[in-house]
Amino acid sequence: MSIRGKAAIVGFYELPTRKEMPDRTTFGLLAEVTRGAILDAGLKKDDIDGLITSEQFNSLTVAEALGLQPRFNISMTTHGASGATSIATAAEAIAAGVVDYVLCLFGESRPRSSSRLRSVAESRDALPPRSRTTEWEVPYGPVIAMNGWYGLMKQRHMFEYGTTQEQFAKMVVDQRFNASKNINAVWYEEPVTIDDVLNSRFTNDPLHLLESVMPCSGAHAVIVTSAERAKSLPNPPAYILGVGGPATRHDIIWHDEDMTTTPVVDSAPTALQMAEININEVDLAQFYDCYTILAMACLEDAGIVPKGDIGSFYQDTDTTFNGTFPINTDGGQIGAGQTGGTGGGFRHVVEATRQVMGRGGIRQASKTDICMVNG
Amino acid sequence: MSQETTGYEKPLPRPPEPELTAPFWEAAKRHELILPHCAQCDNFFWYPREACPRCLQSGWSWVTASGKARLHTYTVVRQPANPSFAEDVPYAFAVIQLAEGVRMMSNIVECDIPDGLEVNMPLEVVFDDIDNDWTLVKFKPASAN
Repeated sequence: MSIRGKAAIVGFYELPTRKEMPDRTTFGLLAEVTRGAILDAGLKKDDIDGLITSEQFNSLTVAEALGLQPRFNISMTTHGASGATSIATAAEAIAAGVVDYVLCLFGESRPRSSSRLRSVAESRDALPPRSRTTEWEVPYGPVIAMNGWYGLMKQRHMFEYGTTQEQFAKMVVDQRFNASKNINAVWYEEPVTIDDVLNSRFTNDPLHLLESVMPCSGAHAVIVTSAERAKSLPNPPAYILGVGGPATRHDIIWHDEDMTTTPVVDSAPTALQMAEININEVDLAQFYDCYTILAMACLEDAGIVPKGDIGSFYQDTDTTFNGTFPINTDGGQIGAGQTGGTGGGFRHVVEATRQVMGRGGIRQASKTDICMVNG
Repeated sequence: MSQETTGYEKPLPRPPEPELTAPFWEAAKRHELILPHCAQCDNFFWYPREACPRCLQSGWSWVTASGKARLHTYTVVRQPANPSFAEDVPYAFAVIQLAEGVRMMSNIVECDIPDGLEVNMPLEVVFDDIDNDWTLVKFKPASAN
C-alpha cells in the first residue's frame, strides 16, 4: 500500500543552533519549539495526539514534561537517521488512521564545555560498558567522535573512485556559503574557501577538521497531519510523496562488505517508486552530513549522480541555494551545526519544509517542488 | 593490575562475552591467529558471535588463519579518542582484509607512517605482547617473497 501524498508537514519551528546555550535546559528548548510549531501550523496544543522524539529524550518523558497525552508515541533509535525517520513513521501512522497530528521533536541544550571536560576527566577511570567495540576497536586507538570511521570511508572512496581533497572541500565551501546566509546557523556570516578547508588540520588523515560537524545546542519541531486536514490549515502543505527505510547494512562501519556504499541504495528506490517520480525530477536535496564523505556517498547511492562521480559533480556544480542543484540549503550540519539529541539530522527535514513551502527567505532556491531528504 | 606492573597504559581488550572469545585471545598469546568458521555453511565470519550470521546456526569452530591480508582502508590518527594513545601519533587505525575473506580493525606497525601506507598493500600478521595476559593481533607490510 502506498502512502503517496496522504500526509503533509503543516508547520515547523526552529531555534538558532549554537555551540552552547548555558542558560537553557533541554526541556525548555523542546517546549519553545513545540509552542512555535503549533502556532505556525495554526493548531492548538490539544490537537497534538502523536509524539516522536529521539532515543536520548524518550517520548514518554518528553510527553510528560510538555504536558502532552499522545495516543501514539515513539522514540526513534536509528541514530542520526532518527529525524528523517520520524517523518516517514508519522506519515505511515497518519495514513493508517491511528493518529491525526504528530509532533516530531528533536534537540538538546548540551552541557557547558567546562562541565563536559570535567565529566570526561571523571569518567577516565570509570570504564564504558563492555561491548564488541571495547573488545575489537578500543585497544587499537580509535579517533575522537566518529571521525575515524568516516576517515576510513573517505580513504576508501578516494582509492576506489579517485575523489580528490579539493572536491571534498568544495562541498564544505558551498554549505558554508549557505550557512553564512542563515542567521540560525552556528557558522552564520563565516564562509570559507577551499584553501581554508585544505589548510585545516587533520583530526585523522585524510579527514580535515572543517569536514566535520560542530556539536551544538538547539531544537527543531515539525507537525505532520493528513493531506485532508492540511487543506484547512494556513501553511501551504509540504506533502510527503514517498518514504523508504530506515534501512541498515551495518552498525559497525568496518563490517560492511562495501564500505563506500550506504543503505540509501535500498531506501531511495523505495521512496522514489512510491512518489512515482524519477530521480532527475528532484529539484534539490537535504542530505545527512555529519562528515563530507557520508553525504557524498549517499547522494551517489540515491542516484543523483552515478556511483563514484560525486567528486567531479561537486567540482563542476554550484550546489548553493543559488545553484543549479541546491544541496543542504541551510548550510547542513557542516555549516549550521549538529544539534544534540539527534537534532542534527532533523534540520534537513526543517529546511526541506521551508524550501517546499517557499519560506526560505533570502535562501529560497528557484525551483523547490520536489526535495529529497536523507537522514 | 597487570597494566600497572607492566607499564602498559592503553586500554586492554574488554570482551562483552569473555567465554565466547577466550580461544581467540589464548591463541593470540601463542602467536596464532584463529577465526570463527561455520562448517555448516562454509563461512568465515568476524567478529565472533554465538550464531553464524549467514545460517544462524551455532556450533561453529575456530580455524587457524593464514595471517595474510590486505590493507582495505586506513586513517592516520592525529587526535585519538583515548589520551593514552597520544604518545603514538601519528599511527594507523586500519581495516584489515584477511585472505579468508573477513575484515577486522587493527594497527599497521613496522611501517613508515603515513608515507609507507597504501590502500590494498599486502600485509602479514604480527603479535604484540602488550602485557603478561594480553597479546594484540596487528599487521605489518608483507615481506617481499
